[in-house]
Amino acid sequence: MKYVDEFRDPALGEVLAGEILGLVEAGRQYKFMEVCGGHTHSIYKYGIDDLLPANVELVHGPGCPVCVIPMGRVDDGIALAHQPGVIFTCFGDMLRVPGSEGTLLDAKAQGADVRMVYSPLDALRIAKANPDRVVVFFAIGFETTAPSTALTLKRAKAEGVGNFLCMCNHVTIVPPLRALLDSPDLRLDGFIGPGHVSTVVGVRPFEFIPAEYGKPISVAGFEPLDVLHAIHMILMQLKEGRCEVENQYARVVPYDGNPRALQVMSEVFELRPHFEWRGMGFISQSGLKLSEAYADMDAELRFEVPGIRVADPKACQCGEVLKGVIKPWECKVFGSGCTPERPIGTCMVSSEGACAAYYNYGRFAREREVV
Amino acid sequence: MPSEVSEREQKVLNIIETARAKKQKFRDAQITMAHGAGGKATQSLIEGLLVPAFANETLEALADAGTVSVLGGKVAMTTDSFVVNPITFPGGTIGELSVNGTVNDLAMAGARPLALTLSLILEEGLPADVLKQQVAAIAVATEAAGVAIVAGDTKVVERGACDQMYICTTGIGVLDDRAALSPSALQPGDKIIVSGRIGEHGTAIMLARGEFELDADITSDTMSLWPMTDALLERAGPSLRCLRDATRGGVASVLNELARASRVAMIINEAAVPVDPSVAGAAEILGIDAMYVANEGKLVAIVAPEAADEALAAIQSVPGGEDAAIIGECKTEPEGMVLMATAFGGKRVMDQLVGDPLPRIC
Repeated sequence: MKYVDEFRDPALGEVLAGEILGLVEAGRQYKFMEVCGGHTHSIYKYGIDDLLPANVELVHGPGCPVCVIPMGRVDDGIALAHQPGVIFTCFGDMLRVPGSEGTLLDAKAQGADVRMVYSPLDALRIAKANPDRVVVFFAIGFETTAPSTALTLKRAKAEGVGNFLCMCNHVTIVPPLRALLDSPDLRLDGFIGPGHVSTVVGVRPFEFIPAEYGKPISVAGFEPLDVLHAIHMILMQLKEGRCEVENQYARVVPYDGNPRALQVMSEVFELRPHFEWRGMGFISQSGLKLSEAYADMDAELRFEVPGIRVADPKACQCGEVLKGVIKPWECKVFGSGCTPERPIGTCMVSSEGACAAYYNYGRFAREREVV
Repeated sequence: MPSEVSEREQKVLNIIETARAKKQKFRDAQITMAHGAGGKATQSLIEGLLVPAFANETLEALADAGTVSVLGGKVAMTTDSFVVNPITFPGGTIGELSVNGTVNDLAMAGARPLALTLSLILEEGLPADVLKQQVAAIAVATEAAGVAIVAGDTKVVERGACDQMYICTTGIGVLDDRAALSPSALQPGDKIIVSGRIGEHGTAIMLARGEFELDADITSDTMSLWPMTDALLERAGPSLRCLRDATRGGVASVLNELARASRVAMIINEAAVPVDPSVAGAAEILGIDAMYVANEGKLVAIVAPEAADEALAAIQSVPGGEDAAIIGECKTEPEGMVLMATAFGGKRVMDQLVGDPLPRIC
C-alpha cells in the first residue's frame, strides 16, 4: 500500500534498531510508556519489542479507551440497551468489556438490540431508518473520536432527528497522565506520546510532562518505523541530557492541533467534575458529557440508569502495573481471579493490555530474555 | 533477589500453563455469538460440553471428520450447517458452501467424498425463485465435486424463526489408503503450506453485507478441495502429516489447534503468506487480521521437510492452488505456540481468538 509501506521497511527498521542498541547504556533499565492503545497494537502487530534491547521495556499505558471504561458504566450501558424500543449502538471492541454482570454481547444474547457500528454516523443512519425506535450511541474514546461524536450530534440536531441519543463516555488524555505522573512510586523514564489524540489537541498540552515532571516525550505515529523512531528520540534526549516534547509525527500532527475539531468539541461537550477509570479510580475533569445545549440528546438524562459505582476488586492492581511499579504476574489476582476469559482490570480486558499480553505470551517473552 | 523473584514468576507461569493445558470447561450462562466464532469460546463449548457428553475415541480426536469401520473398510463421516447471510455473495452461494464445506471436511480427513444428505430449513415467505436458484447451485456444486445427494429433508419454520434458509449437509467418504493423517502427527522440522491467498471468503461476506461502504473486487474462494487433496496424496502421501481447511477462525486458528494437538511450536514467516492486496487493504481498514478470516477453499498442509517441495508442486498443479506457498515450519519450543516472524523483522505470538474478531476502534 502506497504511503504506508514506506513506514514498514524492514531494512530501515534494522538500521534504527541498531542505532537504538548503540544509545542504550549497559546495566541501565529503561521503562517507556506508550500512552496510546494504538501504539500497543502496532508494537504487538509488528513485533517491535522483539527488536529492542532487553533492558528497554515498554509499559502499556492507559490509552485504550475501551479498557478504561469502568464496570458501572458498562452496567449503565447494558441497562439502556434493555430499555424497550432502544437500539443500542457501539464500537465493536466495546462489546466484550465486562460489567458487573456480563458484557454487551451477553445483553445481546438476552434479547437486547445491540448493534456494532463503525462510526457515530452509522448510528445516526440507524436512527433515521428506525424513526419509531430510540437509538443510543455509546460514545467512547479520547479526543481522537470525540470530534466525530460532536459533529454527529450537531448534524442530528440540525436535521431534527429526535430519536438519536448519546451516552457519553468520552475522556481526555491529560488528566490520567497527570494522575500517573503524580504518583510517587512511578518508575517510568519517558513517554511515547499519543499520535492520534495529538492530531486534535496538538503537542502543546504535553509540555507539562518534561516541564513539571522531568520526563521526555515524543509524540509518535503508528507505523513500526514511527514507533522505533520515537524510542530513538527519547533515548537521544536521555543521552544528551535534554528533556522536552518532541513531535515524531509532524507529518500529521500540528503543534497546536486541530482548532476546528476543538471548537466543535467545546460546543457539544463540557467537562464532568470527575470520571471513573477502570483500575485507576476517579480522576478529576477527565471525562466529557453533553453540554447544556445538547442535554435533550443525553441518554443518561432521558432514561434512568442505575448509575451505581461498582468498585474495582480490591486485589486488582492495574494502577501499579500501569505505573510500572509491579509486573503483571506480581498482581494478587493475576492468572487466578483475573484471566483473559474473565478479566477484572483494564490491563486484562484488551488482548493487548499488559496483563493479557503477559498471560498469553509470558513464556515466549521469557525465552526472548534468555536469548 | 533476582533469583527469588524469578522463582515466583516461574510459579505463576506454571499455574497459567496448567490452566491452559486443562480441558476447557463450559461455564457460560448462555450462548453468545462468540460460541460460534471458532475461538476459545467455541472450543469450551466443544471440549467442555459436547465431547464429554458423547465420549468416544473418534470424537475425542476432534478431526474434521470421524471414521467408522464398515465391513472391513474405513468410512469417514462428517456434518456441517450453513447459516450464512447474505445467501448469495460475490463468488458463491449458501448452496455451494453447503456442498463444498462438507466435501472439504471429508477430504481433510483423507477420504474420497462419496455421498451427501441435504437438509433444508426454510423460512415462511421465502420466494420460490430464491430457493430454485440455491437448489441449482447445489446441483452444480455436487456435480463439480463428484458427489451424489442420496437423501434429504425439508422443514419450514415461521417467518422470523430463521433467516431465509439454513442448510445442513452430512457426508460420507472412503478413507484413502495413501493417507495417514492426524492432528497429533506433527514433528519439529515439518513444513507448513497454505494452498493460496487467504481471507477471501470472510472478507467477501463482510463486504457483501454492505455495512462498510467499502467497494472491492473480492470474491469467495469456495471450492471442493478433493482434487487438491488427491494430488497431494498421490505425490506426497506418506510424508503428509495433517490437512485442515482453514474455515471459521482462519489459518491462525487451524495452526493453533494443530500446535496444541501435536505439542510443537510453529514459526510463520509473515512475508511468505499469500494475501490478495485488496484483502490486505480491507483488513487494514477494518482493523482485522487476515490470518483469522475464514476461507472456504484453502487448505493448510503439514508435510515432512523432505517432501515439502513435492507437496507444494502438487498443490500448485491443481486449479485454485497456483498461489500456494510454504509459510513456515514446526519447531520444538515454545510448545503449543504459534509465532509469527513479522515482515517488519520482529517476532510475536499469533494466539487463538477469544471471541469474534471484533474491529478495533483505535
